[in-house]
Amino acid sequence: MPLDIDSYLGVHARALQLESRRTELLASNLANADTPGFKSRDIDFKAALAQAGQSQSTLPLKTTSATHQQIAGTGTGSGGEAQMKYRVPLAPSLDGNTVDAQLEQAAFAENAVRYQATLTLLNGKLRSLMTAITGQ
Amino acid sequence: MSSFRIFDIAGAGMSAQSVRLNTVASNLANAESVSGDANAVYKAKHPVFQAVQSDQAGDIGNSVQVLDIVESQAAPEQRYDPGNPLADANGYVYAPNVNTVEEMVDMISASRSYQNNVEVMNTARNLLLATLKLGQG
Repeated sequence: MPLDIDSYLGVHARALQLESRRTELLASNLANADTPGFKSRDIDFKAALAQAGQSQSTLPLKTTSATHQQIAGTGTGSGGEAQMKYRVPLAPSLDGNTVDAQLEQAAFAENAVRYQATLTLLNGKLRSLMTAITGQ
Repeated sequence: MSSFRIFDIAGAGMSAQSVRLNTVASNLANAESVSGDANAVYKAKHPVFQAVQSDQAGDIGNSVQVLDIVESQAAPEQRYDPGNPLADANGYVYAPNVNTVEEMVDMISASRSYQNNVEVMNTARNLLLATLKLGQG
């Protein structure tokens, strides 16, 4: 039986991808902390991961023309787009900006730790695989 | 979609905040640059930031850019100082409409935002370096 590396790594590979996208989104929130009218966004991580898991279990449809429709959750995206939500501001500022720098910093730090945790878990899985391969 | 876009976004943020710091420096340096002509006197400059949407499919974060630098329209301060060589025929000089307290607050805000972007870049760098080492130990 051949080893399916994708299913072996399980949810962690998709989680890493989602966390990477969330880092990008939170970085963009922090970069736009002083942009008038900018609305802070975040990814609903739980829902996005659930969707990414779903899309793996269903067979993706191949699109050969620009007019072909993508079935939700099977597109080229990693599911993060659909789960992007606008943050509800605690204290919106007069210029319409809803970025709370402290909140974003906390979310960014949390996301970085999650990313590192996922990396550690992936490393463990890969190490087990190496042990199985080398037999030592 | 690329993890390296975080560097672009944080870099754009740093660049924008640096422009803001530059205008603050310019405003503070010229806070006492009086003139004999109300129209020729220095006017406080402020940058206008704008979010930039990437045209690449799959990019979700917005970058930031300095759209314009606008001059404050507030009236310059009129001072009676007949001894000043720059004074006009009535003995008045005009001081710039720079509010030094506002500028100091702006400076702290810009400096904090800059630091935030530096931290974001450092963290993203560490995470990417750790990702490169995936499976090596």
